Amino acid sequence: MARFKKEKSGELPAISTSSMPDIIFMLLFFFMVTTSMREVVVKVQNRMPEASEVQKLEKKALVSFIYIGAPKMSKMYGTESRIQLNDSFRNVADIPEFIYLEREARNEADRPLLTTSLKVDREVKMGVVTDVKQELRKVGAFKINYSTRKKAPKTHD
Amino acid sequence: MADISFLMLIFFLVTTTMDVDSGIVRRLPPPPDPTAVAPDVKERNVFNVMINKSDRLFVEGKWGDINSLRAEAKEFLSNPHNSETLPEKRIENLPLIGEYPVSKGIISLKNDRGTSYDIYIQVQNELTAAVNELRDELARQKFGAKFADLSPNQAEAIQKAIPMSISEAEPEDIGGKK
Repeated sequence: MARFKKEKSGELPAISTSSMPDIIFMLLFFFMVTTSMREVVVKVQNRMPEASEVQKLEKKALVSFIYIGAPKMSKMYGTESRIQLNDSFRNVADIPEFIYLEREARNEADRPLLTTSLKVDREVKMGVVTDVKQELRKVGAFKINYSTRKKAPKTHD
Repeated sequence: MADISFLMLIFFLVTTTMDVDSGIVRRLPPPPDPTAVAPDVKERNVFNVMINKSDRLFVEGKWGDINSLRAEAKEFLSNPHNSETLPEKRIENLPLIGEYPVSKGIISLKNDRGTSYDIYIQVQNELTAAVNELRDELARQKFGAKFADLSPNQAEAIQKAIPMSISEAEPEDIGGKK
């Protein structure tokens, strides 16, 4: 009868760490590529409503953002909903100029593709949003996008 | 080397914002022409949805509910039994599909200045979902695939068969200014 000798190794071999830099580099590149730096400081509250039927915005360079909501620093600016264009609070009347400037900053070929993304807080009343939409219609910025957070589709059976 | 890349990794980890911009896409209508006459639309072809300033829904002359809105909109747009009270259909010859009865129905959405944005988006979402579900059903039936997986030509045909006909009423100042 053959004797099987159980190999008993006293200690585990050390894990090789020579591939660690490679893994770290991989992660580094992943984050470098996916990162997008924030361009504006959002000064209004921005809790987006949820929706399930959303579409992704394809070209980020062709999107201009309009933020609407109550100011974060309510002691300084009050609690009334405000419109933020770029870095400052503006009025509805400033929207045409904003859109013209956004168009100027783009290639001529890209201008018709410009989308306006409305980042509106869920507490905002529709009055302000309607005013903004009317201004956008006047200057011909017809493509809009109501920015929302993704919610799982409702299942109803 | 590894230290430096660790440092950079931590930096990018911290600064990264992974927000994918997504939302409900809409196309605004051009400004109204003051000389134009409003097109005459039959009552049976319009699905009225109104939201008042306390966020309650009024659907087709009755108090409505957000949970049943999708099913009601679907029934309106598809008119499965060719009912007299639901919208008419026009037979159209579409590429890849052939003759298909395209509904003449329009969903008309009206809101107050005091309506909250949250409920407005929920309603828009339900109405979009109704159209998307109908498109999915037709895509399955005709091409055996989901609408999202169709080729551009097929998707265009489906879009023509089931148009996204949601119209927003011209805003009026009702219920006081805010």
